[in-house]
Amino acid sequence: MSILIDKNTRVICQGMGKAGTFHALGCREYGTQVVGGVTPGKGGSTKEGIHLFNTVHEAVQKTGANATMIFVPPPGAADAILEAADAGISVIVAITEGIPVLDMAKVKRELAKRPGIRLIGPNCPGVITPGQCKIGIMPGYIHKPGPIGIISRSGTLTYEAVFQLSALGLGQSTCIGIGGDPIIGTNQIDSLKMFQEDPGTEAILMMGEIGGTAEEEAAEYIKKHVTKPVAAFIAGQTAPPGKRMGHAGAIISGGTGSAADKIKSLEANGIAVAKSPADLGVTVQKMLAGRK
Amino acid sequence: MKIHEYQAKELLAAEGAAVPPGKVATSVDQALAAFDSFGGAPVVLKAQIHAGGRGKGSFVGSGADFGGVKYLTSREKVGEVAKVMLAYPLQTKQTGADGQKVSTLLVQKAADIAKEYYLGMVLDRASGVPVMMASAEGGVDIEEVAAHSPEKILKEKISPELGLLPFQARKLAFELGFQGDQVAQAEGIMRALSRVFLEKDCSIAEINPLVVTKEGKVEALDAKMVFDDNALFRHPEIASLRDESEEDPAELRAAQSGLSFVRMEGSIGCLVNGAGLAMSTMDIIKYHGGEPANFLDVGGGANKDQVTEAFRIILSDKRVKAVLVNIFGGIMKCDTIAQAILAAFKEVGFHVPLVVRLEGTNVDAGKKLLAESGLNIAAASGMAEAAQKVVDAARGKK
Repeated sequence: MSILIDKNTRVICQGMGKAGTFHALGCREYGTQVVGGVTPGKGGSTKEGIHLFNTVHEAVQKTGANATMIFVPPPGAADAILEAADAGISVIVAITEGIPVLDMAKVKRELAKRPGIRLIGPNCPGVITPGQCKIGIMPGYIHKPGPIGIISRSGTLTYEAVFQLSALGLGQSTCIGIGGDPIIGTNQIDSLKMFQEDPGTEAILMMGEIGGTAEEEAAEYIKKHVTKPVAAFIAGQTAPPGKRMGHAGAIISGGTGSAADKIKSLEANGIAVAKSPADLGVTVQKMLAGRK
Repeated sequence: MKIHEYQAKELLAAEGAAVPPGKVATSVDQALAAFDSFGGAPVVLKAQIHAGGRGKGSFVGSGADFGGVKYLTSREKVGEVAKVMLAYPLQTKQTGADGQKVSTLLVQKAADIAKEYYLGMVLDRASGVPVMMASAEGGVDIEEVAAHSPEKILKEKISPELGLLPFQARKLAFELGFQGDQVAQAEGIMRALSRVFLEKDCSIAEINPLVVTKEGKVEALDAKMVFDDNALFRHPEIASLRDESEEDPAELRAAQSGLSFVRMEGSIGCLVNGAGLAMSTMDIIKYHGGEPANFLDVGGGANKDQVTEAFRIILSDKRVKAVLVNIFGGIMKCDTIAQAILAAFKEVGFHVPLVVRLEGTNVDAGKKLLAESGLNIAAASGMAEAAQKVVDAARGKK
């Protein structure tokens, strides 16, 4: 079992430029059903064996797509998300980095009017259900099917976690890169809720970082509503306040968002926090051993 | 991106906010002319730098007893103070020990202040919309008010589509205790602040203090704005206000090469792909007893030119005693990155130990390339080993 996506998911790619095409092919190679691409003006043609459409509506009508992967550049990315939602796509994965935050504020309010539609990202590596479906830019081969659900705000740090878990024989049910921006479609609590309800997930690893208070809110949610064991890591323990650390959302400001506050809150709610990023895998392993 | 106080006030004034009369001066003569234009009335000289805490700052090496904000009543004093402000760097709690060079002064006609308020707008991440914050505790550090007496801060969530609604402005104005025609004046300033925030894509916009003068006028006495870097593409007029002299030269140089770089205080340089992994690499250096010299994310598709430039930027910091490269190759293959590292290593002329940790796609080919290069590069597998090796190297241990 898994969450969000599985072997039946039918995926299109919006923004079939160089990066979009490269990653659409990577997903297809992994085994994802990539059923089409959308580039306005290129409808009717084929790129690397992928049928292109002018609009998402047309792509959905002709392919039965129910998920999309968005590579549209920042100025048009918010519109691309809303187009996908309007066409009835239920899982929208926005890879694009650099979308203005007020655009995302508007998108989020618009999506709230359409229950049943889930936006992942933006500024994220995507979602993967190992062995079944990959929608994103992550290297598929490091993943293994298994019982660990992963929630993460970053890209390569998630690969590091997956790599450590797979090396210990701990496969993954689904890995969600929720994104590094201040406003994202699916947050930690949304993801925790899905993993809690998923019979295929036995334990959860939550990879957080500085900025905002989402990890603190997630910690309280876990204590109240999550019965599965949860381990966590917070990146940016050495980050100075007031400086943006790569991700638009990774900034300690106005006295909130420090790693120390987040770790304190997680530990106070009974969550195992890895002290070192070299111990992501073993922290999950120890936590599972302790439960048996 | 930050802008100066006088620029923020111009943006507010363009939307109808009342600001005190002021003129910009880049020389002592211009400062004197500005003073004269106000008919000899008292003025406040305000040094224009991006850092906060100007009033309590000092001009490094000047021996002067004033900070970056000075109330003056005579032409002679305006000349003396302007000369110091334009000659010596201004040090505040936010600038670091060297201070920041001042090239522009705001000469503002002094206001007779009856009461000070705080007015600001930020994005509230938890609710996903901007909020307007207001407090009758103005002129002080709002973060301290927020920490110690949060009940003194009024908040209104602002619709990003509709902006500040009239009833919201009215509610804030009355709750702040404005009276008579000051209510309408305060509402006007709130509307201006909301319009600038939403139309120009601010991430922070503050008026602190918002004042009522003894004549009963409501004015934005000081203003601060930070803009969403991701939205600058649609605001060339805002992007043109960028003052590069305010930025760390290394951070600026990195940004021009598409690298994300933040200077730290330690001795171990890092080059990493991905922001989360880059932060974690700094953390693990600290965990093993070292101190990172920087945050550096080369991004997803680092090529030889970017790695070379990244090495140059890291090595230009004389405090750097060792460098750690930590790459998790996904789409970027390890052998490709190894080639880039080798080429950059030779081109830059490394003078400190280099530890490289590669993992991911084509890792064996990448490690082989580094091992067979004959260069003084220590390989590590795993983040813990890499961190330990680079911390030892920085301490001069083999």
